[in-house]
Amino acid sequence: MEDVGNLLHGFAVALTWKNLLFMLVGILLGVLIGVLPGLGGANGVAILLPLTFSMSPTSAIIMLSCIYWGALFGGAITSILFNIPGEPWSVATTFDGYPMAQQGRAAEAMTAAFTSSFVGAFFAVVMITFLAPLIAKFALRFGPPEFFAVQLLTFCSFVGMGREPPVKTIASMMLGFALAAVGLDTVTGQLRMTFGFTPLLQGFDFLIAVIGLFGLGEILLTMEEGLAFKGKGGRINPTIVWQTWKQLPQYWATSLRAILIGCWMGITPGGATPASFMSYGMAKRISKNGAKFGEGQIEGVIAPETAAHAAGTSALLPMLTLGIPGSPTAAVLLGGLLIWGLQPGPLLFVEKPDFVWGLIASMYLGNIAGLIIVLTTVPWWAAILRIPFAIIAPVIVVICAIGAYTVHNNMFDVYMMLVFGVLGYLFKKLKYPLAPLVLALVLGDMAETAFRQSMLLSKGRVGIFWSNPLVGSIVTLALVLLVWPLISRVIASLRNKPPAAQAA
Amino acid sequence: MAAPEVNARGDITTRWAELVVALLFVVAGAIVIIDSIRVGIDWADDGPRAGYFPFYIGCLLTFAGLYVTVQTMLRWKKIGNATFVSGERLKPVLLMLLPSIAFVVLIAWLGIYVAAFIYVGAFMLWQGKYGWLPTIAVSAGLPIVLFLVFEKWFLVPLPKGPIENMLGF
Repeated sequence: MEDVGNLLHGFAVALTWKNLLFMLVGILLGVLIGVLPGLGGANGVAILLPLTFSMSPTSAIIMLSCIYWGALFGGAITSILFNIPGEPWSVATTFDGYPMAQQGRAAEAMTAAFTSSFVGAFFAVVMITFLAPLIAKFALRFGPPEFFAVQLLTFCSFVGMGREPPVKTIASMMLGFALAAVGLDTVTGQLRMTFGFTPLLQGFDFLIAVIGLFGLGEILLTMEEGLAFKGKGGRINPTIVWQTWKQLPQYWATSLRAILIGCWMGITPGGATPASFMSYGMAKRISKNGAKFGEGQIEGVIAPETAAHAAGTSALLPMLTLGIPGSPTAAVLLGGLLIWGLQPGPLLFVEKPDFVWGLIASMYLGNIAGLIIVLTTVPWWAAILRIPFAIIAPVIVVICAIGAYTVHNNMFDVYMMLVFGVLGYLFKKLKYPLAPLVLALVLGDMAETAFRQSMLLSKGRVGIFWSNPLVGSIVTLALVLLVWPLISRVIASLRNKPPAAQAA
Repeated sequence: MAAPEVNARGDITTRWAELVVALLFVVAGAIVIIDSIRVGIDWADDGPRAGYFPFYIGCLLTFAGLYVTVQTMLRWKKIGNATFVSGERLKPVLLMLLPSIAFVVLIAWLGIYVAAFIYVGAFMLWQGKYGWLPTIAVSAGLPIVLFLVFEKWFLVPLPKGPIENMLGF
């Protein structure tokens, strides 16, 4: 078992006092981000990224990934106590979590939520531990066509699996690619779409887009909805934790389904949000208490939370092994790796085993630490939410501005952050998904390079994407996913035809 | 012509918002196509030119924008006067957005610490209806905390203005 040896070595890397301290700080910051409206996993990590520039890459990524875990945990607190999802993936948690809080079972709901988050993330990390080296080894044989095919699959699955209208997904994605193309073309050295405007030479940084779209955009939406935080008290004592834990094992089947859905949606970039909805829907259909869902069923908390965390965690698998992030937050972490000069992808496992296994070990430790920390500090976070929005909102805007500035020490980025903020507000309201835009902005250069290299290899013939069974099947699968909305519409209309004919 | 996107109560309708954003996509797509053609979308001796890949991106972007435009116009009657954002709800959004724009302009001029002090303070006074004491405490406390965290502990410099220069930073 070579992997277990590697993992143990990883624990040795992660288990230094300094790294444990960063882990703790990361989780606390992460929960804070998860609890506050307008700050979430993606833009929270983006804003805090510059803080880690002076650290060693291993410590930095440990802290950043712990911020990510913390944010995942934090979203559940606001959902249950305040009926306000701090994160999109905890929307489904409010359905049963808030009714439980209203019945005075907040502590039970939160214990269930945190524990199932932990379980979901834990299984996803186990999966990463064993699958990542295999995929990385396999991907070492990838050439440009294969890489482009995998990227195509990523983007097509957004179109096919997204909840938003497919055309709007394409529009948002293409805008991301277009923004990624702005600036210096690294292959020919030509300037593209800068129109003689100097600040555009460096192109658009996706970190700025993330901070604006998810940060300021979210704040504007919150202002429109006119949120008032009226929450339930959240005290957890060990007796309730113990009692809740005793009743959790009977829902193992719900958890298992949630884990499978989550892992699948995380690896294919469906992401945590659809995973949580799918898992909730499935639990509702299968459970014998299904009719009572929405009135405060503990299963209704377990299902979405487990799936969201399994998805959030397994989104890191394609990021580490192929360099293709499964979610915006994973994309930001990828951006961090690039800044430290680490190119994610199969070679990372060969060249920097210390880093990779240290990170994987920190996922185990971070999750355990996260569970303990959130269980013990809940009342504290609930108190933060009682700070009125008139104070929180401008403070968050200030933090977003700092985050945007510190990426390149550039004022132009702060102006762009404002523009992206307004776009984020409009897009969210008109149901243009933001995740494809961000991922296209991140992967744009890589996808373009892979495409051009493939074209060079084949002298411009598209046939290269079907030149061997591997690349051929990935591309075909991608195209099927791309037209899936059309296929499912045809199937649906065929099914509906007989009754329609009868009615006529 | 009276602005058609606004109805009697000052509400912005969904169909106009949809149309404007879709047309923005079309414009963005057109810009990408035009600039790609400028840098060359064909092959040079050493491979594809710089516009080779973005050209297709621009085409897809324009197509998606046009699709939504046409779709919105076809369903114009059906969408009806559905509200994108009502005038009443737009007010708090603008009351958030406009001061934020002012804040960013102030950063370039006064540095982030003074700008944050003014912005948070003004926001608390007018929108939060707080007294002077809590306002000063929060709006002055924030820049101090930011200064300690960024400049002192993590050694990340933030934009500074004339006042910081005077104090010798």
